[in-house]
Amino acid sequence: MIDGASDTVQFAHRHLLGIEGLSPDDITLLLDRSESYVEQNRQIDKKKSVLRGRTIINLFFEASTRTRTSFELAGKRLGSDVINMSVSTSSIKKGETLIDTAMTLNAMHPDVLVLRHPDAGAAKLLSEKVNCAVINAGDGSHEHPTQALLDALTIRRRRGRLQGLMVAICGDIVHSRVARSNIHLLNTMGARVRLIAPRTLIPEGVERLGVEVFHDMKEGLEDCDIVMMLRLQIERMHGNFFPSIREYFHFFGLDYEKLASAKPDALIMHPGPMNRGVEIDSEVADDFGRSAIREQVEMGVAVRMACLELLTLNQPEAEQRNL
Amino acid sequence: MAGKPSESLGRVAYVNARLVDPASGLDAPGALLTEGEVIADFGAGLFAEGVPEGIKVVDCGGHCLTPGLVDIRVQLREPGDEHKGTLASGGRAATAGGITTMVCLPNTDPVIDDMSVVEFIARRARLLGLTKVYCYGAVTKGLEGLALAEMGMLAEAGAVAFTDGVKAVGDAQVMRRALSYAGTYRLLIVQHPEESSLAEDGAMNAGETATRLGLQGIPRAAEIIIVERDIRLVEMTGGRIHFAHVSTAEAIEAVGRAKARGLNVTCDTAPPYFALNETAVGDYRTFAKLSPPLRAEADRQAVVDGLKNGTIDAIASDHAPHDEDAKRLPFAQAACGGIGLETLLPVSLEFYQNGQMSLTDVLRLLTCAPADLLGLRAGRLEKGLPADLTLFDPDRAWKVVADDLLSKSKNSPFDGRPVQGRVLRTVVDGRAVYGREG
Repeated sequence: MIDGASDTVQFAHRHLLGIEGLSPDDITLLLDRSESYVEQNRQIDKKKSVLRGRTIINLFFEASTRTRTSFELAGKRLGSDVINMSVSTSSIKKGETLIDTAMTLNAMHPDVLVLRHPDAGAAKLLSEKVNCAVINAGDGSHEHPTQALLDALTIRRRRGRLQGLMVAICGDIVHSRVARSNIHLLNTMGARVRLIAPRTLIPEGVERLGVEVFHDMKEGLEDCDIVMMLRLQIERMHGNFFPSIREYFHFFGLDYEKLASAKPDALIMHPGPMNRGVEIDSEVADDFGRSAIREQVEMGVAVRMACLELLTLNQPEAEQRNL
Repeated sequence: MAGKPSESLGRVAYVNARLVDPASGLDAPGALLTEGEVIADFGAGLFAEGVPEGIKVVDCGGHCLTPGLVDIRVQLREPGDEHKGTLASGGRAATAGGITTMVCLPNTDPVIDDMSVVEFIARRARLLGLTKVYCYGAVTKGLEGLALAEMGMLAEAGAVAFTDGVKAVGDAQVMRRALSYAGTYRLLIVQHPEESSLAEDGAMNAGETATRLGLQGIPRAAEIIIVERDIRLVEMTGGRIHFAHVSTAEAIEAVGRAKARGLNVTCDTAPPYFALNETAVGDYRTFAKLSPPLRAEADRQAVVDGLKNGTIDAIASDHAPHDEDAKRLPFAQAACGGIGLETLLPVSLEFYQNGQMSLTDVLRLLTCAPADLLGLRAGRLEKGLPADLTLFDPDRAWKVVADDLLSKSKNSPFDGRPVQGRVLRTVVDGRAVYGREG
């Protein structure tokens, strides 16, 4: 049934480089398509043949467990061949530039390149040089579109909609690609977005992206339907953005006391990996009734299946691509 | 005559007083009643029918009864440098100077960059029962100018604002982050405005006097650069800054322009910068070695103007005790700073004596204005507020003799100066903590 349906849907973009620029219809299409894979992934036989004969390369220049595994599983469940390349084994270590690596891989005729890179704009640069579809699996502090999609799918399944919800994104906004993708997606879909963080972790001019900024958790969480916590990206911090972990947790770590000002049924989300006792209290993270953190991971595979499928089937004929 | 905290205070009537409250503009004969630790009532008509039985009466002899002075910049040297001064010696000197609230810098040992030090100072000062002591927390850990201190938690512990004390936060990125981070909790950063790379080799104000004396100069630009830079950073981050002891015309102008643009920028100065100039260094007088250095006459005049036109928000003593060993040295090697608790009021009153300011305007700079800068519940006469009061004779003439001052260290830049204005009684929380007979 899913196989049959795939011929009829059309995704209007060749690559998935970010959420910014996608229309509500684009996002709805991706989410609806993802939805259909959620059930399939819960069956004993999870494998389909939509992408049989296709090649997907995961090109990861940053450490990643969940995103890389998620893309790998998504590709394999659709029947494609998946190659994983990570920095530690690639020629980048031998001094090759991103573009040379991309051209080398391009010559092997992949259908999709999934790229994670520490620099903003890397996916865009790659997309200009290769013939296949490019999926941005996180470029620096810019975007991480599949994360925002899986967050949206999680919310939509729990709340039945995105429109009109009040979503708080808390923590290290300035370094977060997840926050940027989520801001674009939630705004596009009619949700309201609040950012809560110390001033040092709020990027300049972010209000212009259509968000409300708070510096106090209790104030910011008031009446929120969704609480998204972000990891402190210490590895991206040059200089000091806050004095200590204990002070950060004291004022901005999510615990039951601060959570009390959100709606009683507010959903707690985290893109992972979590740092317990830094941005989130263990008790809250493990609260099965309220935390959707594990569900987010499950949705991740479905969302990536939909993205791989729609982008692959959307490509020009093979002969044209390879000229 | 310092009261013991355990004594029962009851009610005290201060009659025959000239009540001066700059916050409300009151300057009239009248009386004031304290009940326990708070101001119960005051006004022109109070006790017009006489004081009822059972109320202790203090005859003010027609002298000025005002809110106790609020001094927002002192170094008390405890913990760490008790040979220069202690909370007790500083407390006694402050009460003699009519100061009922003071705020100490974090350059103690250990540095006030940890909540336990804030609590230590608060507890010690409370037990002493003298002038109230609040403290600044450090902006950066160890005052090293690198990593931010735990400003949020320090503020919760009681730190009223943040500063690296006698050092400027020099690195622009650190200052940017500090202002931004402090803004998260609406905290105030107090900057010692001096570009250290320009100042570190100097001993006094750069110029003719320094050249004649053969001393390396500290250029005025060292102050101006940091003031102008930090104003840009405030604009960028939305933080709040207060510049301590400004001493140059251009720095004051810059603050004035920033205020006109609606930025959260304020400043204070200290008596040496409006009452002395670089000639006080004279023949290598180390008691006149201060930081920032005493400037030229034109700058002194600019400070006076800044106080008169309101660009400078407050006067602080900048009390910096040093023992003899730190001052009896060749000028270049001597420590910077002078004591100031006991000369703050009389030297400031020179504005009143020479007709440049009204008594109310001078006192405003010493009471409600500094209190409001730091959000302290002090510096005004108001029913229900703590009874922190100063009774002084604004005209009584005396001569500053450093050895007669109560401060443990005697390094006063005003030693030998004839002044007017004598504190007669100081009251903290309804208790007389200082009294002078005759």
